[in-house]
Amino acid sequence: MISADINVVLPEIVLAVYAMAALIFAVYTSKDKAAGLLVWVTSAVFVVVALWIGMGGNGTKEAFNGAFVDDGFARFAKVVILLSAAAVMVMGQEFMAKRDLLRFEYPILITLASVGMMMMVSAGDLMALYMGLELQSLSLYVVASLRRDSARSTEAGLKYFVLGALSSGMLLYGASLTYGYAGTTLFDGIIASIGDEGISLGLLFGLVFMITGLAFKVSAVPFHMWTPDVYEGSPTPVTAFFATAPKMAAMGLFARVMHDAFGTATQDWGQVIALLAVLSMFLGAVAAIGQRDIKRLMAYSSIAHMGFALMGLASGTATGVEAMLIYMTIYVAMNVGTFAFILSMEKDGKPVTDIDSLQMYSKVEPLKAAALLVLMFSLAGVPPMVGFFGKLAVLQAAVDAGMVWLAVAGVIASVIGAFYYLRIVFYMYFGEERDQALDTSGNPVLFGFLMLSAFVMLAGVINLFGVDGMAAAAAGTLVN
Amino acid sequence: MASIILFAPLVGAIICGFGWRIIGEKAAMWVATGLLFFACLLSWIVFLGFDGQMQQIHILDFIQSGSLDTAWAIRLDRLTAIMLIVVTSVSALVHLYSFGYMDHDPQWGEGETYKPRFFAYLSFFTFAMLSLVTADNLVQMFFGWEGVGVASYLLIGFYWKKPTASAAAIKAFVVNRVGDFGFALGIFALFMLTDSIAFDDVFAAGPALADTTLHFLWRDWNAANLIGFLLFVGAMGKSAQFILHTWLPDAMEGPTPVSALIHAATMVTAGVFLVCRMSPIYEYAPQATSFIVFLGALTAFFAATVGLVQNDIKRVIAYSTCSQLGYMFVAAGVGVYSVAMFHLFTHAFFKAMLFLGAGSVIHAMHHEQDMRNYGNLRKKIPYTFWAMMIGTLAITGVGIPLTHFGFAGFLSKDAVIESAYAGGTGFAFWALVVAACFTSFYSWRLMFMTFFGEERGDKHTHEHAHESPKVMLIPLGALALGAVFSGMVWYGSFFGDNVNKFFGIPAAAYGEAKDGHGDDSAKGSKEAKAEYADSNGHEDQSDDHAKATDLHGTAPEGAIFMGPDNHVLHDAHYVPKWVKISPFIAMLIGLGVAYLFYIVNPALPKKLAEQQRPLYLFLLNKWYVDEIYDFLFVRPARALGNFLWKKGDGTVIDGFLNGVAMGIIPFFTRLAGRAQSGYLFHYAFAMVIGIAVLVTWMTISGGAE
Repeated sequence: MISADINVVLPEIVLAVYAMAALIFAVYTSKDKAAGLLVWVTSAVFVVVALWIGMGGNGTKEAFNGAFVDDGFARFAKVVILLSAAAVMVMGQEFMAKRDLLRFEYPILITLASVGMMMMVSAGDLMALYMGLELQSLSLYVVASLRRDSARSTEAGLKYFVLGALSSGMLLYGASLTYGYAGTTLFDGIIASIGDEGISLGLLFGLVFMITGLAFKVSAVPFHMWTPDVYEGSPTPVTAFFATAPKMAAMGLFARVMHDAFGTATQDWGQVIALLAVLSMFLGAVAAIGQRDIKRLMAYSSIAHMGFALMGLASGTATGVEAMLIYMTIYVAMNVGTFAFILSMEKDGKPVTDIDSLQMYSKVEPLKAAALLVLMFSLAGVPPMVGFFGKLAVLQAAVDAGMVWLAVAGVIASVIGAFYYLRIVFYMYFGEERDQALDTSGNPVLFGFLMLSAFVMLAGVINLFGVDGMAAAAAGTLVN
Repeated sequence: MASIILFAPLVGAIICGFGWRIIGEKAAMWVATGLLFFACLLSWIVFLGFDGQMQQIHILDFIQSGSLDTAWAIRLDRLTAIMLIVVTSVSALVHLYSFGYMDHDPQWGEGETYKPRFFAYLSFFTFAMLSLVTADNLVQMFFGWEGVGVASYLLIGFYWKKPTASAAAIKAFVVNRVGDFGFALGIFALFMLTDSIAFDDVFAAGPALADTTLHFLWRDWNAANLIGFLLFVGAMGKSAQFILHTWLPDAMEGPTPVSALIHAATMVTAGVFLVCRMSPIYEYAPQATSFIVFLGALTAFFAATVGLVQNDIKRVIAYSTCSQLGYMFVAAGVGVYSVAMFHLFTHAFFKAMLFLGAGSVIHAMHHEQDMRNYGNLRKKIPYTFWAMMIGTLAITGVGIPLTHFGFAGFLSKDAVIESAYAGGTGFAFWALVVAACFTSFYSWRLMFMTFFGEERGDKHTHEHAHESPKVMLIPLGALALGAVFSGMVWYGSFFGDNVNKFFGIPAAAYGEAKDGHGDDSAKGSKEAKAEYADSNGHEDQSDDHAKATDLHGTAPEGAIFMGPDNHVLHDAHYVPKWVKISPFIAMLIGLGVAYLFYIVNPALPKKLAEQQRPLYLFLLNKWYVDEIYDFLFVRPARALGNFLWKKGDGTVIDGFLNGVAMGIIPFFTRLAGRAQSGYLFHYAFAMVIGIAVLVTWMTISGGAE
C-alpha cells in the first residue's frame, strides 16, 4: 500500500530529495561558488522531471487515501510549472551573478517552492492543500527578500510575508469551517456532503474564505495589493519567477478546490469568481496605465491576466477549465519572453526598469524591438498572435456558460489594457530620440528566450502547438 | 478558341497597363489593339461557323462553398456568339480610333502619359464585357457585370482633373449600385429556390418557379415574376432605363471613344442581353415582362423627347441611345427575344458609328461640343459627314417600306415596332412610333445643325476645322458597312424564317410555335405542370431544400426560349400593312419638321421654344428627373451624412471615446495609484473589506437561501 502511494508521489519525492542533497552538497563544498552550477543542474532536473511527468503516467491515481491525486489536470499543470521555473531560473542567472545575488540557496528554494506547487495542484485534501501552499509560500517569502542589503527587497519580502500570513489565516479559517460542516477534509467527502438542496450556509462561509485565500495567491482584486510592491521590490529574476510558475500553480489549485471539493455548487462560487475576474481585469487594465516602471506595469498586467483566467474558471464548465489552462499556458510563455527582455534592459551595466528608456529602441536593436512588439501585441490580445486565442477561449467559455455580461466586460477591459502595451510599442518605434540609449547587451540565453517566445507567439497561430488538445484532455479529468 | 477570345483583352490590358514602362508607350498601345483585332477575327470565325449547338467550355473552378458550386466556364451559344462579335468588333475599332482621338489630348500637359492607361482600361473593359456575355452562371455574369461597371467608372472619370468628370463617374457608379442591388437580390432568390446559379439548372426550373411563391417584403409574390422583376432592376441600371437612366447622359464626360464603346454599343446593352439570356425565366413571368414592355416604351418615348432639345452633340446621341435601348426592352418584353438581339446588333454598329463620327466632329472643332457653334461643316470634313449621314439614315430607319431592303435600323426597328403591335400592347406600339418620329427629328436636327446652314460660333475654330486622320476614318468606314448591311444580311436569322435554326431551338418547339395552336403538346405541358403542382403540394411540409431540389427539370434547348403559348414572333409577321408603314411615315414626318426648322426657317425653333416655354424647359431639363432625385435622395442623404458625421461620429462617438479615454480612465488610474499607498495596513484593510463584502453578498444571495 505504502509503496504504491510512494510510487504516485515519486516525482515530488525525487525533487524534495534532490533539494536536500543539493543543500548539503553546497554547504559542505564551495557554497556560493557552486550556485551557477546548481542553477543549471536544477534546471536540467526540472526539465527531466517535467518530461517524466508529461510522458509517463496516464489515468487517475490517488495516494494516501485520496489526499494526493495524480491526474491529467495535475500533470498538465506540473509540466507548465516545472518548465517555466527552469526557464526563468536559467534566464536570471547572469543577472544575479552580476549583482552578487547568486546564492546557492536560490535554486534550492526555487526547487522547494516547485515541490510545494506540485503538491498544490495534486491536492485531494484540505491538509495536503495547505501543506503545498505553505511550502511554496515560505520559499517565495525568502526569495522575495533575497537581496538582503536592499531596503526595497526586504520590504517586498516582509509585505509579502505579512499579507500572505493574513491570507493563509483566512484560508485556514475557511478550511476549518468547511471541515466543521462537512465533517471531513477530503475533497471527495466535502462534495459528497453538499446535498441536493444545495450548499449549507456554513460550507458557503468556508468556501468564501477559502476563495479569498486562493485569490490572494493568484493576486485577484481586491487581494492583489501586494503584487505591484513585491514585483517592483524583488530582484528581477525573482519577479519573473513570481509572474510565471506560482501563478499557474495557484490557478491550478483554485480550479482543483472549486471543482473537486465544491463541483456541485458552481452557481455559488461561479458568481464570486466572476466578480473577482471583472474587478481584476478592470483594475489591472486601468492601474497599469499610470505605471512608468515596467516591473510594476507587468504586475498590473498579471493582475489583469489573472482576471481573464478566472473568467474561464468562473464559467464552471469543462470548457472553462480548458480555456483557463490554455490561457495560463500562453500567459506563462508570454511572460517568460517579456521578462527575458526586461532582464536584458541595462544602461551602463545597471538594470533599468523605466519604460522611457525604451524610446526609439527599434533604432538601437531592431530585432529585439520587433520581438518585444510581437510579445506586447500578444499580451494585448491582438490577432494573429497567440495571446488572442487565449482570450478567445476564455470569452467563448464565458459565453457558452451564459455569462455574456462577463465576456463583454472582458472585451472592454482588454481594450483599455491594450493602451499600455501599445504605448511600449509606440515608444520603441515612434518615440522621441534619446541620446542615452540602453546598452546593446548580448546575453545569448536571454536573447534566445526572447526570440523563442516571440516566435511561439507567431507560429502558435497554426495549431497552438497542440496545447488546446492537451488542455481539453486535462480539463476532462478534472470536471466530469 | 473562345477562351482565347476571352483572355486576349485581359492579357492586352495587363501588358499595356503595367508593361508600358518596359516596352514603351506606342508598343503597349499596339499590343492591346493587336490582341483585340485578333480576338475580333476569332469571334467572327466563331460566329460564322457556329452551328447552333450550345457548348460549355470549363476553364476553372471559381467558388465552391456548401451547395454553391460555381465554375468559370464559357457558355457558347448563339446569344454569346452575337455578343462576341458586337463587343470585339466595336472594341477593336474603338481601340484603333483612339490612336487618333486621344493623341494630343488638351486635358493633359506635355510629358504626361495617359494613353497606355486609356488603352488598358479599354481592354480591361472588353475582358469584363466578354466574361459577362460568355458567363455560364449568374455569379460569373455578376463578376463581368461589376467588372464593366468598374471599367465604366474608370473611363468616365478618365479626365479626373475635371470635377464634372469625377462627379459623373461617381454618379454612374452609384446609380448602377441601385440596379446591381436588384440584380444581386434576383440571384439570391434564384439560388434560394433552385439551389444553383448555373444557367442550366436555373432555366430548367422556369416552369416550377411560376408555381412557387416567395415571401419578400411583407407579402407573397409569384417567384418567377419577382425574380424577373429583380433581374430587370439590374438591367435597368446597366441599360439606363427610365428611373435609373440619369447616369448615362452625364457619362458623356468620358472621352468620346468610351462613349461609343461602353455607353452605346456594348455595356449598356448588357441589360437587354440579360433579359434575353434569362428568357426561360421571363417566359413564365408575365407580369414582369409587362413591366419591361411598359418601362421600355416609356424610356423610348421619354429619352426621345429629351433628345429633341439638347444642344450638346454627345448628349443628343446619349439620349438617343437611351431611347433605342427602350426599343430593345420592348421587343424582349413582348417575348420576341431574337428581335431584341437584332436591334441590339444593328444598333451597336450605327450608334458606335454616330458616336465616333461625333468624336471626329469634336476632334475637328477642337473639342467644342455645343451644336449651336457648329454649322456648314460638310465641306470641311466630308468623310465624317458621309459617315454621319449613313449613321443617321440607319438610326432613323430609311428603307423601302414593305420590303426587306433598307439600312440596318430600318429592318430592326420596324421589327421591334411590329413585335410591339403583335404583342398586343397599344401603349408600347404608339409610344415607339411617336419615338421613331422624334428620333428622326433629333437625328436630322443634329445633321442639319452640324453640317448645314451657316457657320456659327468661334470663327477661328471654324477656320481650323480639319478632317480627322486615317486611323479615325477607317473605323468609321468599317462601321458604316455594318450600319448599311447588317440588317439586310441577318434579317432572316433574327426575325425571318431562320430564327429557330439560328438560335438552335429544337424543331419540335419550332413547329409548335409555328402552327400557332399546338394543342396537344400545350395540353401535355399543362398536365405536367398540374402534376408538378400536386407533388409540390405534398412537399410543402418538408423543408425548403427538398423543395429546391424538386424544382429541377431539364433546361430548354436553344439560346433563347419562347414558351409554347408565345406566338408573338409569328404574329408579328402578319400585322396590318399600316402598322408596317407607320414607322416609315413617322420617320418622314420627323425629317420634314427638322428640314423646316433648321434649313428652311432657322428662326422657327426659337419662336416655338418661347411660345411653349414651360414645355421647352421641361424637356431641356430632362423632365426634371435629376432635380427630383436631388431633392428626394441626394439632399436627404447628404443631410443624414452630415448629421452622422458631425453629430454622430464627431460629437457622440469621438466625444464619448475621448471622454472615456482622456477623462474617466485616467481618473480611475489616479485613484488606483493613490490606493496603492505602500502601507501594509491599507493593503490588509482592503483584503478584509473584500472578504466582508463577499461574505455579505453570498449570505444574501447565495445558495443557502
